[in-house]
Formats: sequence, structure tokens, C-alpha cells
Amino acid sequence: MSEQREHPVNKFLRMDRMPSIWCPGCGIGTTVNCFTRALTECDKDLDKVAVVSGIGCTGRVAGYLNLDSFHTTHGRALPFATGLKVANPELDVVVYSGDGDLSAIGGNHFIHAARRNSDILCICVNNFTYGMTGGQVTPTTPEPAIASTTPYGAFEPTFNLPHLAASSGATYVARWTTFHVRQLARSMRDALSKKGFRFIEVIAPCPTLYLRRNRLGEALHEMRFYKEKSVIKHGADTREAALDYRGQIVVGTFVDTRRPTWLEAMNKRMSTVLGEKFVPYALPTREPKV
Amino acid sequence: MKADPKGVLTGSHYLDGDHACSEGALAAGCRFAAGYPITPSTEVVERIAARFPLVGGTFIQLEDELAASIAVIGGVWGGAKALTVTSGPGFSLMMEHIGFAAMTETPVVYIDVQRGGPSTGLPTLAAQADMMQARWGSHGDYRLIALCPNSPQECFDLTLEAFNLAEQYRVPVVVMLDEVVGHMTEKVVIPPAEQLEVTPRRWTDKPPGEFLPFAPREDLVPDLCMFGEGYRFHVTGLTHDERGYPAMNAPTQERLVRRLVDKIEKNADKILRWEEKDTEGAEVVIVSYGITSRVAQRAVEMAREKGVKVGSFRLITAWPFPHKRIAELSRSVKSLVVPELNLGQMSLEVERTVAGRCRTIPVLHAGGAVHRPEAILEAIMEVAR
Ligand code: SF4
Repeated sequence: MSEQREHPVNKFLRMDRMPSIWCPGCGIGTTVNCFTRALTECDKDLDKVAVVSGIGCTGRVAGYLNLDSFHTTHGRALPFATGLKVANPELDVVVYSGDGDLSAIGGNHFIHAARRNSDILCICVNNFTYGMTGGQVTPTTPEPAIASTTPYGAFEPTFNLPHLAASSGATYVARWTTFHVRQLARSMRDALSKKGFRFIEVIAPCPTLYLRRNRLGEALHEMRFYKEKSVIKHGADTREAALDYRGQIVVGTFVDTRRPTWLEAMNKRMSTVLGEKFVPYALPTREPKV
Repeated sequence: MKADPKGVLTGSHYLDGDHACSEGALAAGCRFAAGYPITPSTEVVERIAARFPLVGGTFIQLEDELAASIAVIGGVWGGAKALTVTSGPGFSLMMEHIGFAAMTETPVVYIDVQRGGPSTGLPTLAAQADMMQARWGSHGDYRLIALCPNSPQECFDLTLEAFNLAEQYRVPVVVMLDEVVGHMTEKVVIPPAEQLEVTPRRWTDKPPGEFLPFAPREDLVPDLCMFGEGYRFHVTGLTHDERGYPAMNAPTQERLVRRLVDKIEKNADKILRWEEKDTEGAEVVIVSYGITSRVAQRAVEMAREKGVKVGSFRLITAWPFPHKRIAELSRSVKSLVVPELNLGQMSLEVERTVAGRCRTIPVLHAGGAVHRPEAILEAIMEVAR
């Protein structure tokens, strides 16, 4: 009577790698769900979508998506993606990274990818901790949250990632939480169809380490918290989007603009200066072009 | 296949070693390069930055060597032939990605123009002190190929060759210059494109679904595909199975890492290149490489004038190392004299290979200048006496 229907997400996943390593209630899976919905709704040739990630719990996203995917070194997903995109401009390149991977060890690459406007969609799952290594403090852990390396509470000022992205030159900047699944999926879909360095921060629970260590309850409580504390402010000044411990979470699309990507700027400069002598980069092919 | 004539600057030129490397890369079909400035290697990418827009290549200067050394790996999986260039401190920063390239079997070329170290050391002066770093610098067990040109002409030839070897064995290849070879200007002859052999990528002919990106062929090297072709494949620096999926267990580790090592060691006879002169009947053979081989040449002439039977053996491939041939030589000579611009690196490999069958006499120089030929001569005479 009940016909077996395949879950719509499944065709985007490497089912032969399931179950994933993520803990029950982990927010990363929710973001992947939204991402697959964005893939369904955007009109992209999925053979041309590549996902690149670094190291950490979020770094494992690439391995579960049934797309061309690359699991790089810690912090270096963005420069890998920059090389991939420049060498094969036809690809839609998506970087999936955690807060530690992207803003600590990869922080320098983050500001430079935004500055040069690398044509990459960068999704950051911000759960305020290093999950894979056991819950250490990251550049986004707010005072006085407990982490394994701040047993008496975090005390360093944090990065406001949307503001960092916007002030470094990102052309699309949004923030959502894993409570806002519909908005997040739509934001991902919109960002997929845009050009330039696009940044989406997703506030997500790490129930195993961050929530437990700070006695914040289960993932479900956290969804309630996100719901209560989030305020949607599209176009908000990113300076006002800083997060603190358990305070308000400003979400929405903060920046949505267009400026030349690195490749467009480079092509324009070369054509202006070299004119006819400029030979634009040709897409790599298997055939020797002799 | 033959080189794409667009990138080949056929003719006779006066070039320094760094610029000759750039031309070698262009001739090999390299059309993507990433770099970060560092003396004395920057000239390689400076020339590439000027030449690429004229031949359909893209150069990007990145924020640091960490970025450059992985952007080129991204470029390769995007389908390009790619290169980055550095020296001492930058080479140290690139170590993680040399291992990553070895683990992901990425055919990519690194050029290291060696300067005095450790640390900032002698930015503008020569050394040959990264030889062991190239071999052992990244963590874990891996093998790569390292080539040592001793002239601008060879910088051209071996950079082209580096790309060919990288493609053949799906391995990172390092071209190890030293500052003197990088900055000396000599005649470089670049043949017409149709005389230059270029190794194409080992593109799989299997369709998506059947292709395993890490399943080796008989030569232990897997074929590959590029991103965007519909294979939807996964590449990771984690220990992985033939599908490229992480498989973190001892049997997979054994199979994978053993193969990464074996594919170079078991193919070593095909990879190895060296130059040998007058070794037949020699009492002493000088084993040298890079700029030191040219200084050693003078010492050999001086020793000959004194009636000593000296031969010379020049390493062109430093890694893999020509163990078999050096072991053979150790059976027929009294000693192997190994001059180098470091305090004992390749001489250790010679010593280990010789295993006491003859004397190994290192002639060591900490760098900043080249040897005096007399210093090498002295070592030769020590045995001859
Ligand atoms: S440790 Fe935290 S971030 Fe990692 S999978 Fe578990 S819940 Fe998710």
C-alpha cells in the first residue's frame, strides 16, 4: 500500500557513506539538508558544482555530498577553491567550512578571498567550537562560554564574521540559524545564482560539546533559543550584527551587491592593456589543443 | 604528444635559470600558476605573469605560500597543468601541501630555488640545504621526485621534464635549483614545439560509475579525471580507498601508503637520470649536483693534471636516489667524494648506499658562496695519496 518513496535529499548524498559521523542533533546535517534543497531549486548543472571543505566536523560535508568534492587541509579550502575556480571557471565552487577552519587557521585566506572577490560561495557553519578535536575555543566563542581550552570561560573578543566578510569585500553576506531552514535554503539558492565572493554564516548547535559543556540543554532547546533570540534585519549594518553569549542573533541578508570578480577584473585589465595580444584562458579539455 | 607551440619560445636565448624554468613550464603546457614573492625565486613567476596572458595562461599571486601551494593543487583538479615557485622559508610553509599532493596523487610541480638557511638565512645567496627537506619535509611516509638542474639550459629541460614525470606518476615533482643556477645567465636553446615531448594527463576512459580514481593500473599509478566531467568523485587527504572515500584503518593505510611509495621505487629505473663521466677504472668518483657539479668539474681537471684517475657522477634526479648505480660504483672505487652546499645531506644518502664498501668523503660548505675547487681537489688527493 505505502509505496517506497526516496527521500528527496538522498540523490544529493553519497548513500554508500551513510550514516554520517555527525552526532544526533548536530546542526551541520541541517545545513546540508538546506543546501540540497537549494541545489534542487537552483537551475545549475550539478555536474559542474564542486564542493570543497577543510578540516573538522564541517569539513566532512564534502565527503557526503554526491558532487565533485574535495576535502583539503585545515584552513585551506578557500585557496584550493580559488585555484580550482581560476583553472576551471565553468565550475560553481562552494566552500563549506567551520568557524575554526575558516576564521582561525584559514582567516587570512578568508579576508583575501573576499578582497579579491574570488567567485566562490562560502558557507560557514558557526557552532562556536572545534568539534572534531573535542570542543576547544575558536575565534567566535563568546565570553564566558566554556570550552575545553578555556575551562574558566572564553575571554577573547570574537570575530563578527558577516562584518569581517562585508568589510573585506564580499558581495553577498547573509546569516541564518539552523532554525531558519526555509530562509537558509532560499539564501543558499539565491547565492548559488550570484557571482563573486558570497558568504553565508549559519549559527548551528554542537550539542555534544558546546551545548553540553555550557549546560545549554539539547539541540531542541537550542532551536527554541534561536527562534526566540533571532531578529530578521535584511540590509542591517553588519557592525550591528555582532554576537554575544546567549544574546540577540541578527539574521538576514546583509549585503547583496555586484562588483567584478577576480577573473573578470583580470580579463578586463589584460584586454585593456594587451588588446588583441591577450589570449584569454581556455577551459581545460582532455584533448591536446595542438 | 607534442608541445603546444603557443607556449614554446623556440630559438636561442640568453636566460637566467629562473626564467628558463618559466619557459620550461610554458613549453610543458602549464597554464596555471600561483605564487608568493620570495628571493631568489620570484623571477620565475614574474616572467610567467608577463608571458601567461599572451599564451592563454592565468597567474595569481596569493596571500602566502600556504595558499599558493594548495591553489595549484586545486588548479590541477580543475584540469590545468600547474606550478608554484618558492625558496627556503616558503618551501617550509609548503610542506603540508607537498604531502597533501602526494596523498591525493596530484600531478603538480613545485620549484624551489635554494638559498642559505635555516630560517631567513641568506636570502640572496646560494645553498643546497633543502635536499633532505624535499625528501622528508612533510609528515608521514611518501615519495616524490626531485630534479637538480646545473645550468639555465637544464632549468628549461628539467622543468618540462618535471611536468612530464608528474603526469606519468601522479606525483608532486620538485625542481631544486640553487641561487647560483637560478641567477646565472647562459645560452638556452628552446627547440621547436614538434621536437618537444609532452606527457598528457592519464585521463581515464572509463565512464562515471565505473571509474575508481584511486585504483592503480599495472604501473601502480591510477588514471584520473577532472572536476566538472560528471564523475562526482571525492578526493581527501585522509587515508582513503580506491573510490577516494575515507577509510581510516590499518589495512587501507598499508595498501595506500605502500603503493604511494612503491609507485616511485618500483618505477625508479624509468625515473632516474644522471650523468656519468670517466667512472670506468676511476679510483675516485665525485658525486655532485646543481652548481656544485660545475665547481667539481674544475677540481676533476686539476686532479687529472696530477695524474689521478677521477670520474664524475652528477645527480640529475636527487629523489628517487640512484642507489643501485652508486652501490655498483662503491665496489670499484676507493672513494666517493661528495661536495655540497650544506653540512651533509646527499652525502648521507651516498654513505648509506655505499655501506662501508668504499670511503665516502663529504666536502661540505655551509652556503653563501660556492666551493673553492681546491677544497674538492684536496679531498680527491687525500684518497689518491
Ligand atoms: S562534535 Fe559537535 S559539531 Fe561535531 S558532529 Fe558532534 S555535534 Fe556536530
